[in-house]
Amino acid sequence: MESVGSIIMYLIIALSIVVFSVLTVTTRKILRAATFLLFTLFATAALYFKLDYEFLGAVQIAVYAGGIVVLFVFSILLTSHPGDKSERLVSKQRVLGLVAAIATFAVGAWALLSRCGQALVALPAMENPKMHAIGEALMGTGEYQYLLPFEAISVLLLACIIGGVVVARKR
Amino acid sequence: MEITMIYYLVPALVMFCCGVYGFITRKNMIAMLISLELMLNAVDINFVVFNRYLFPEHQEGMFFTLFAIAIAAAETALAIAIIINLFRSAKNIDVADLTKMKH
Repeated sequence: MESVGSIIMYLIIALSIVVFSVLTVTTRKILRAATFLLFTLFATAALYFKLDYEFLGAVQIAVYAGGIVVLFVFSILLTSHPGDKSERLVSKQRVLGLVAAIATFAVGAWALLSRCGQALVALPAMENPKMHAIGEALMGTGEYQYLLPFEAISVLLLACIIGGVVVARKR
Repeated sequence: MEITMIYYLVPALVMFCCGVYGFITRKNMIAMLISLELMLNAVDINFVVFNRYLFPEHQEGMFFTLFAIAIAAAETALAIAIIINLFRSAKNIDVADLTKMKH
């Protein structure tokens, strides 16, 4: 049985995820879209905190809110006027988008309800993953340890830095 | 009331569908990239929720999400570099108007 506070937390998080992600794709000012994306990402981080993954929530805030959204805001300010509104949607395109979204929703909801509907597991007890354990798992080579992907990510980031410089520099 | 797995998966599904809608209807490339971020985020939530509810003794879902976040950051940075480069040469980032490479 969940406590009342936990249920209220859940309702706030779920509502803000739904509302802000709808607003992100429907608002016509692009700077507002980036702001609503920021709120959605914060709500996701709150969800991670609620599920006891504190490290993951912190990473979500640091990387997404601190890095990616700032990049978005900078590039929006560089490429368009802040007050600009995107033009009104052609109804054909809106219908196409709605059909695709609703079809995805229907298939996903059907799959969830038919597969996970009866898996009514209550939240199992778990100790928060400690920093020590996370560090060992990232740096080890044994079972359930991830040194190789860690190194692959570092090479990917290096390639990304070089690629970004090459693509964006002046000719 | 017991908060089970499905209560977390449905908001993630709604988020993913918003991403699909935005990706199809938006014209501005940055707005499309924002929709893409929404979809990626929804998938991350799924990994974490399944990990937490079904296999709380392991942390694979958490590490997968960590790596996915890192890759998303790299991908966004590169995509924005490309978009800014396009803007410099075409003064426009509407996908409908960027037809130079079509033929």
